[in-house]
Formats: sequence, structure tokens, C-alpha cells
Amino acid sequence: MNQAVAVPAWASMITAILLIAGAGITLIGTLGLLRLRTFYERVHAPTLGTTLGTGCIVMASMIYFSALGSRPILHELLILLFITVTTPITLMILVRAALSRDTFESKKPVSE
Amino acid sequence: MNTVLTWSITTAQILLVLAMACAAFRILWGPRAQDRVVGFDSLYLNAMLLLLTFGIRLGSSIYFEAALIIALLGFVGTTALAKFLLRGEVIE
Repeated sequence: MNQAVAVPAWASMITAILLIAGAGITLIGTLGLLRLRTFYERVHAPTLGTTLGTGCIVMASMIYFSALGSRPILHELLILLFITVTTPITLMILVRAALSRDTFESKKPVSE
Repeated sequence: MNTVLTWSITTAQILLVLAMACAAFRILWGPRAQDRVVGFDSLYLNAMLLLLTFGIRLGSSIYFEAALIIALLGFVGTTALAKFLLRGEVIE
């Protein structure tokens, strides 16, 4: 951690808060993957990690590296933009696949 | 103050590993195939966030590029799995 000596105190405090918040929010969203009962409820839960958890950790990384290099470093925004755009597309195709599988097996589509 | 940063990075990594364990449970014991795909999606996302925290811990930007590649290829993998579940083949 010899690089972290050069980081000012406010930047490391903000980074610490954002890191713990992002990781905790992601853990809460993934715990929903265990707790919820049907597939159509479970598909909603990890999106908490993909939006707010990823946003917090990406913000923490941006603030830390900007304070470390003493210039604004914004290339982590690529990850945030890409995850935010691609997650709804993926989950929409997946839910459509689950609906077609359920109707193909002549089950009721909403209750598993 | 840097001990605060070190301990918060360690705590965040432990929380992310617990989240990865939850996603791995859903991959292994998912009742149907689409549950496993949702678990896989959550697993690669948590691995990407874990790589970002490793990058903050070591102060290098190499981990950022690995995280970006995981984000790109994980999207392709999950979409291919969902298309396979939808049609029975990936490329029509």
C-alpha cells in the first residue's frame, strides 16, 4: 500500500464509504437470488447490484485513481455505461426464453 | 487514514465473495436452466466488481482492463445462453 500514502484523507474516506456501500448493496441483491421463490421474482434481484452496486464501486475507483494521479481519470465510466446498457437486454431475452419454455411445457407461465 | 482504506477494501472484498457464493449456489442448485443463467450473470458481475477492488488495493490500472473484458464477454455469454434457451440454437 505504498501508493496509498499519496492519497489525501478525504479521497480515501469517500472511497471507503462508496466501496462498502457498493459491496453491501451487491450482496443484498444477490441474497435476493437465494431468498425469492419463483424465477420471475428472482430475475429482478441481481439488477440491484448491476445498477447501484456497480455505480458505487465505479465511483469509488474513479475518485481513488483521480486522487492518486492528481488528474481526472474517467475511463471507469465505460464499465458503468456498458453494464447499464446491456443488463436489461440480457434479462429481457432470458425472461422471454423462460416464458416460451414454460408455455411449451404447458405450465402456467407466471407460477413455476 | 490509509488503514481505513485498507480495512474497507478488505470488507468490500469479503462481501463480494459472499455474493459470489450466493450466485454459485444458484448455479449449482438452480431448479431449471434459466435460474442457472441468472446465477451466472450475477457471478460474472460480482467477479468484475472484485477485480475493481483489487485494482484499488494495488493501485494499478491493469485490473480495470480485465474488468472491462469480463463485462464485454459476460454479456456475450449470457446472451448466447439465453438465445440457446429461447430457440435451441445460438446463431440462426
